Amino acid sequence: MALLDALLAAGQQILSPVTAAFALAAIGLNIHFGYTGLINFGQAGFVAVGAYGFALSVVWLELPIWLAILIAFAAAAVFAILLGIPTLRLRGDYLAIVTIAAAEIIRYTVNSSLFDDVTGGAQGITNNESQGSDYSSWLNQFNPLGEGRIELGPWVFTGTALWWSIVTWVIVGIVTLLVWLLMRSPWGLTLRGVREDPDAMASLGKFDSGIKLQALILGGVIGAMAGILYVLPSAVSPIDYNSRMTFNLFTIVILGGAATILGPIVGSIVFWTVLVLSEAMITWLVDIGILANFADAPQLRFALVGLALALLIVFRPQGILGNKKEMSFARS
Amino acid sequence: MPAVKHASDPILVAEGVQRHFGGVAAVDVELLEVPRGQITALIGPNGAGKTTLFNCLTGFDSANAGKWSFDGEPMQNVDRHRVARRGMVRTFQLTRVLGRLTVMENMLLGARQSGEKFSRSLFKPLWKADYDEATERAWGLLKRFKLDTKADDHAASLSGGQRKLLEMARALMTQPKLLMLDEPMAGVNPALVQSLLSHITDLRDEGLSILFVEHDMHVVKEISDWVVVMAEGRVVAEGESGPTLANPAVIDAYLGAHHDVDLRAIIREREAGRA
Repeated sequence: MALLDALLAAGQQILSPVTAAFALAAIGLNIHFGYTGLINFGQAGFVAVGAYGFALSVVWLELPIWLAILIAFAAAAVFAILLGIPTLRLRGDYLAIVTIAAAEIIRYTVNSSLFDDVTGGAQGITNNESQGSDYSSWLNQFNPLGEGRIELGPWVFTGTALWWSIVTWVIVGIVTLLVWLLMRSPWGLTLRGVREDPDAMASLGKFDSGIKLQALILGGVIGAMAGILYVLPSAVSPIDYNSRMTFNLFTIVILGGAATILGPIVGSIVFWTVLVLSEAMITWLVDIGILANFADAPQLRFALVGLALALLIVFRPQGILGNKKEMSFARS
Repeated sequence: MPAVKHASDPILVAEGVQRHFGGVAAVDVELLEVPRGQITALIGPNGAGKTTLFNCLTGFDSANAGKWSFDGEPMQNVDRHRVARRGMVRTFQLTRVLGRLTVMENMLLGARQSGEKFSRSLFKPLWKADYDEATERAWGLLKRFKLDTKADDHAASLSGGQRKLLEMARALMTQPKLLMLDEPMAGVNPALVQSLLSHITDLRDEGLSILFVEHDMHVVKEISDWVVVMAEGRVVAEGESGPTLANPAVIDAYLGAHHDVDLRAIIREREAGRA
């Protein structure tokens, strides 16, 4: 049964560390875009900074894990400051332009053969103990589940895979709790105030550019954390951090509901489930001959994502969890 | 032109403030004094540079030259948010309410709270006392401005007049020493104007200094203690309200011939003509 298989695969995708990593990167982007109104079109750059900052610190500099994580966070903070200081005093559009360019610069740099010795160029960084390049076996030491088969209802996991899922989702849970604590505080209110009108905030004695910079750093560091989670169970591959990742993250944030606490999680789960289902549907359409068979047919699903994002913004701009009433006041 | 009249005990003194746009001098003020504890009206025709002067003094625009001091401390080259923190708080000609926040949230952003620091925001016990104090103060002001029933509504759902009230109440949350209102009556219906005016005079009676830009001469006559007249970027007259507004030069040149005609009288006249 092709349909049943597709549904099972979609169910399994919900728990996947990739879904968790995207949820986390979307939580960061939600702080930028949803709460503070910063148009960051380079969240993939922050994810890349986190992934490379962490993996290179472990594999190339051979630093301890905790230090590698701190370096990844610090690199994201520095990246945010570099992007923010020249642009945050200007209108929002300028940040959008600078972030999309900066994210591409990061990707081209790590992808370049010039730095093959360090970054592995287009090959990226393999995560394989036998090749002497490994940054995630430390986490397996703590795996209480063993490496064997584990069945959860109709789903079958390896112990390792389930362990990864648990670790990543627990981290998503902790970060979500922290973000909730921050957003209910007066600090969180200043972010939303800046989103509505930075000049009005300045007239009330709030340092609007400083608030924006804090938000950019926080969301960027959470993006870097997502980068670490994203590469832990697999390898580092530069092609992943293209603009498509950023736009998928925007789809997730808007789908779940911008400026909501659980929106990015719901958005990521729905996004990946639909993506897996649509892939199955396209394969099925090819099988029964309705759709011509071509090499990149499965990539069609990303065209569907674009269409879905457009329809979403037209028909349900507040997303799944957003407040429709609030949305009706969004300035045109 | 009348000689410069000095205000006794000014809270704000500006000297030689200039702002050029291209070759045009939008503001070229030799001396401006705003008396303490009084209501000062800044009047003049459109394009006189009133709002530009407001923007320069509050750090929202950079003056090309000049220096000014507020409460004895120099204020030029001070960041706009620091100007507000020192007690010089302005509102805007086109109201700037924070639309997708509630009326209460708008008010709370006027207060300075310890919980607005990132380092203290995670733990509610670290900021709750400040927050409660600010909330209580906000309720008091909302009741005073008759916005308390709207506290949980989005600010974007308020009418134009209510937004003016909210902006003024929010500015008062900062506990300013000088409140600078840029056309507080623009777009406000006559019934609300009356209550806004009494709010402003009450605030003065409580010791606040107020500087406001206004076009309606009835309003200016009714509440201002001191008047500054601007034209083409310059201060052309200033002084106590009564004599300054009675000055024929001021009336003819800057207020127009119809300065003393009540709008309602004009309407009555037109209606009579039609009948």
